[in-house]
Amino acid sequence: MKHLITATSLSLLVMASGPAFAQTPSAASAYPVAPAAGLFDALGQKAGIRSLMDDFALRLKADARIGNQFKETNLAQLASQLTDQVCQLAGGPCVYKGPDMKEAHANMDVTRAHFNALVEVLQQSMDARSVPFARQNQLLALLAPMHRDVVNAR
Amino acid sequence: MPHATHCSPSPLKRALAVITLSAATLALNSAHADTGKLLLTGGVSTVEGAAGGGLSPWAVIGGPGAAGETGVAAYVSRAVTRDYGLTAAGAAIGLNDRVELSFGHQDFNTRATGTALGLPGLHLKQDVLGAKWRLAGDAVVDSDTWMPQIAVGVQHKRLRSSGLDGTLSALGADRSGTDVYLSATKLFLAQGVLVNGTLRATRANQGGLLGHGATLGGTDDGYELMPELSVAWLLRKDLAVGFEYRGMPNKLQRAGAAAGLGNGLRADDWMDLFVAWTPSKNLSLTAAWVNLGRIVPATTGGRQQTGLYTSVQFAF
Repeated sequence: MKHLITATSLSLLVMASGPAFAQTPSAASAYPVAPAAGLFDALGQKAGIRSLMDDFALRLKADARIGNQFKETNLAQLASQLTDQVCQLAGGPCVYKGPDMKEAHANMDVTRAHFNALVEVLQQSMDARSVPFARQNQLLALLAPMHRDVVNAR
Repeated sequence: MPHATHCSPSPLKRALAVITLSAATLALNSAHADTGKLLLTGGVSTVEGAAGGGLSPWAVIGGPGAAGETGVAAYVSRAVTRDYGLTAAGAAIGLNDRVELSFGHQDFNTRATGTALGLPGLHLKQDVLGAKWRLAGDAVVDSDTWMPQIAVGVQHKRLRSSGLDGTLSALGADRSGTDVYLSATKLFLAQGVLVNGTLRATRANQGGLLGHGATLGGTDDGYELMPELSVAWLLRKDLAVGFEYRGMPNKLQRAGAAAGLGNGLRADDWMDLFVAWTPSKNLSLTAAWVNLGRIVPATTGGRQQTGLYTSVQFAF
């Protein structure tokens, strides 16, 4: 029984992780994880992503924990860049042309807690736009690895 | 429950002291946990105090604190099986999402077994001091790799003196012992599935409630490596369901046979099916159906100890 459980847990780990790293890297992205099938459409294509990001940018600025970081930010420009980035990552016909994530956050002190707060704000936006939970996680899985470049402070 | 539960005041006092101390630490720490971890990603409190599932510790650091923050998680849990009752309470402090220190107290009501041993009302009380160190990885955000979060932990368990001391001594079981474990936790974010595997080196009988090792009828006193597995499906960001399995050593069986009890002290592996709900960052509620296998089948008709487990955790 114990050997079976050990073997099962190991196989589970290998199987479950298989789809996550057996993807063909997309040259344009620094985070080469293939999007889940149908994600771009589920987010309402580019127009849907733009509405989501308009809402997200507003909420970011209003957030008590991290709003300060966006005090001087041009929200329309932020929403536009995020739209291109998310559209591309989700498998849509867009090309993100903005700065890379390290550069984009070089002038901010972003802690892991800030990063988590941002994820929560994005979850709020997705909830407000009735994005199903499974689709939310598929999008977050594309964005979460950015913590390596975004988080730059303790 | 025919008997009221007695949770002796001293462990609660101790837990309170831990919490007070932690609150003081929090107050001193400018970067306190008002932002913190994402919901459910710190796990809940195990019956032994470490963060994880209900039965098995995970590689996550307890409390709501993210890197650079301090967090505390305090819990009270209750399991009622067909022949026994267990109350557990304690707290864990997570420091910088790197180190976890925990204290857990368990009060095990032996009910009919105590009576059969001529010790009616016997409660076995155990204290568990734990420490966990995150070695590598991040269970949540490294969603483009297979790399899990990995932690090593230690649990020192001490059974308080009770009417069972003479019996344990006759069986050759020690009243204290130390478990060491290695855990790997991975959230497969796109799939919404969390998997934890733990390997525990232990000599504990029924988690330490019946001591550690045995020597009667031939020494069975060494460490054994026990696998533990938890799988959780995230249904919403505040709701998860899953199952756990925890392998248990069976060191008392031979001693029991030598004492003329046949298989009367046999132990089985533990498992559960759980649902965990986190309505806020400060509160988690867990309910589970547990099967702890046979526990002293000599006095319980060989029954499987199935029952209900409930736990409430406060985090700040």
